[in-house]
Amino acid sequence: MAFRHKHILGIEPLSAEDIQLILDTADSFKEINSRDIKKVPTLRGKTIINAFFEASTRTRLSFEIAGKRLSADTVNISGSTSSVVKGETLEDTARNIEAMSPDIIVIRHGHSGAPHYLADRVGCSIVNAGDGAHEHPSQALLDLMTIREHKGTLKGLEVAIVGDITHSRVVRSNIYALTRMGANVRLAGPGTMVPPGIERLGNVSVFHDLRDAIQDADVVMMLRIQMERQSKTLLPSLREYARFYGLNPLNLTLAKPDAIVMHPGPMNRGVEISSYVADGPQNVILNQVENGVAVRMALLYLVSGVDSMQDQ
Amino acid sequence: MKKLIIKGGRVIDPAQKMDAVRDILIEDGQIAAIGDAISADDAEVIDATGKLVTPGLIDIHVHLRDPGLEYKEDIVSGSKAAVHGGFTSIACMPNTKPVNDNLTVTEYILNKAALEGFCRVFPIASITKGMKGETLSEMGELKEAGCYALSDDGVPVANAEMMRRAMEYARPFGLVIATHAEHLELVGSGVMNDGPVATELGLKGIPWVAEDAATARDVMLSEFTGCRLHVCHVSTKGSVDIVRQAKKRGVPVTCEATPHHFSLTDDAVRGYNTNAKMNPPLRSDEDRQAVLAGLADGTIDAIATDHAPHHLDEKNVEFNIAMNGVVGLETALPLSLQLVRDGVIDLNRMVELLTCGPANALNLPVGTLEVGSPADVTVIDTDLKWTLTAQELASKSKNTPFDGWELQGTALCTIVDGKIAYKK
Amino acid sequence: MAQTETVILDQAGITRALTRIAHEILENNKGSKDLVLVGIRTGGDLLATLIRQRIVDIEGEEVPIGAVDITMYRDDLAARGSLPVGKTEIPFALDGKKVVLVDDVLYTGRTIRAAMDALMDFGRPSCIQLSVLIDRGHRELPIRADYIGRNVPTASQEKVEVRFDEKGAPEEVRLIKS
Repeated sequence: MAFRHKHILGIEPLSAEDIQLILDTADSFKEINSRDIKKVPTLRGKTIINAFFEASTRTRLSFEIAGKRLSADTVNISGSTSSVVKGETLEDTARNIEAMSPDIIVIRHGHSGAPHYLADRVGCSIVNAGDGAHEHPSQALLDLMTIREHKGTLKGLEVAIVGDITHSRVVRSNIYALTRMGANVRLAGPGTMVPPGIERLGNVSVFHDLRDAIQDADVVMMLRIQMERQSKTLLPSLREYARFYGLNPLNLTLAKPDAIVMHPGPMNRGVEISSYVADGPQNVILNQVENGVAVRMALLYLVSGVDSMQDQ
Repeated sequence: MKKLIIKGGRVIDPAQKMDAVRDILIEDGQIAAIGDAISADDAEVIDATGKLVTPGLIDIHVHLRDPGLEYKEDIVSGSKAAVHGGFTSIACMPNTKPVNDNLTVTEYILNKAALEGFCRVFPIASITKGMKGETLSEMGELKEAGCYALSDDGVPVANAEMMRRAMEYARPFGLVIATHAEHLELVGSGVMNDGPVATELGLKGIPWVAEDAATARDVMLSEFTGCRLHVCHVSTKGSVDIVRQAKKRGVPVTCEATPHHFSLTDDAVRGYNTNAKMNPPLRSDEDRQAVLAGLADGTIDAIATDHAPHHLDEKNVEFNIAMNGVVGLETALPLSLQLVRDGVIDLNRMVELLTCGPANALNLPVGTLEVGSPADVTVIDTDLKWTLTAQELASKSKNTPFDGWELQGTALCTIVDGKIAYKK
Repeated sequence: MAQTETVILDQAGITRALTRIAHEILENNKGSKDLVLVGIRTGGDLLATLIRQRIVDIEGEEVPIGAVDITMYRDDLAARGSLPVGKTEIPFALDGKKVVLVDDVLYTGRTIRAAMDALMDFGRPSCIQLSVLIDRGHRELPIRADYIGRNVPTASQEKVEVRFDEKGAPEEVRLIKS
């Protein structure tokens, strides 16, 4: 099956076959990361711009390493969304980048839809590295890769995702991806953090009690709570949040005994996840990070071949 | 002055409950006669056979951006767009630079419209100085200068005490308070309707309760003070219902709905379409159905466009930071005619919503073809099919969500004050 | 124009060729010491398994076997798009080893070039030798095979196809003219 997506704007436009191909490709690329010489010439001569308009450490690092291991030239630019608002428009920024002939722009932006905006206006491939509260496709794919490694399959799994659903792009991408691959998604979060209509995005059930959501779950994914991002009207305190929505060894026993615990990072230890769980035997958090490089290599590789296929 | 005869059209004038094939004689800027087989040797004849003839259409919610924001629109271009759309009277909102909160700005608007404009312009002044919600505007003087209504439009009066006093003060002057009813704290940093589409797109939502709560407050204040209240652009099921119930109690309230709210839902935002971003936002289909019901049962008094021109640079950006608003003067008529074709309302009701309905809402001295009234007339082809091309709009700004739409119906001739202001 | 297919090597022929190649490899390398086989996916890896079995049968000693997927080393991404990437499995060190690279059909030599690049990323073999079932000519790079099952003169518009059954055993080699 050929990959036909020039841009990776989200998981929503991808089919189950697309996701399968990305995961299989990532499996093949993963081996490179354990070699002494961690580099293949696949994208030699390609230029990848990592345009991060919002702070990010691991995603940018992961994309940069992915590009470099494929022998692409990767260049990072960063800027805050606010400075873009004050000065140059995103379109002008993009046009200027494009004038230097990159092959792929990897974009992280605080505004939902910014990658779509770019894709409509520039000629190169756009890979969404997280846009506002919309999507974070590479994160969902590395989550799926990690789950598949540990569980052998995605079909029929019960995956609980707990935290601030409203502001999470990770959740939206994971709902699409998990649903398409046949998993069942259960969401839980405080009443102020579960947005209307979230259940329409896929095969999703919504809970407000963490314990209901993780009961007999195969996978428990905890989301980062970002107090700085949300107004203070959403939560009484982190203390109360940790009590009702934090994952600790006690409530983890409600999940299946072989359940795995995931977190997209960076973690707030003692808030959404207790250190006993974060460092415990069921955590696969560093696996996620490891797989992130492989998944991003797969994405960069797959979008690189699309233009030539369309020409034929 | 040259005489005009509009011959053989179906004349609908809801103000005088007229729906018949008639000839109209226009003389000295007034309707001189309506009857069968009118003729005059020296008159120019407009053959309206098979066409609809109505009082000149009225849009009581327009942003002309003049003075101060002429790069988006000005009185000349805005009034030109109006007559292209069949409108002979428009009321313009005070959020200009400077704000229309004083005699000077009002006179500037009226003078420029009279000298260079294509249609009548009724300035709406601000309720509070600078629309800051702190001090009342000089309402008496503004009334004398020619204002019929007051509004702080997009910056609604947040302080309930201030709104109470504004209504109490405005009432004896016979001024109408027009409210953009939104509870700003509930709007927060929302950029589209709160609901499944906002959730899917990861955009911050504006919940319906932001509008309902504000509508309820202002309706109660109108009931309390007895001041005429006009609720702008109702977009939610709740606010339509609040107005409906208030009218039953005899509260002196009127309201309007926009063509975009009755034609579109928040689905139009998909793809981060900034031309589907406005305030209040496009709502759910349930809300849209409630607006349609309000148009049909008389709860809603007027169709008004909230014509809000913005420069391409203000729309060609990320959705979150795009300006709110769409242009509407040149699409209102075909979209309203669609309601008739869809069986939501009949043609008489549609004409009412675009003529005497809005005139009565703001007490404007227009909106009828009664003999002796100003000769504002619109001749309409209700069936002509055409495709909207945004770039061809007469407005300076092209921010319409209907670009490329197949539309049906158009103004053929717009007569203002007895003179042909637009002819297709 | 109608497509014609000719069987140029049947199952028995393939078996004989592989047995001969196994003997040649051992003879040339004076036994199986430091010998490793690496098959090129997909096709070469299956043949490598069969050659290895023969070597083990003859010598009675284990010979390490690996597989390389050369997709990541192709020079035609722009022309052919992103082909599916298979797994490369070389679970042993290559340093100082005599590597016999196994492929089914030798044609332009570009696949072999890519495979050698891949091997170099895994270590420094003492030498690399090439074994192919069919050499059909038309080389575009200075590459030649050390062990050849059969030389088949072809036209460049023809295709040579090695068919395997569901279990991965070679059935026959066909020459396809269209």
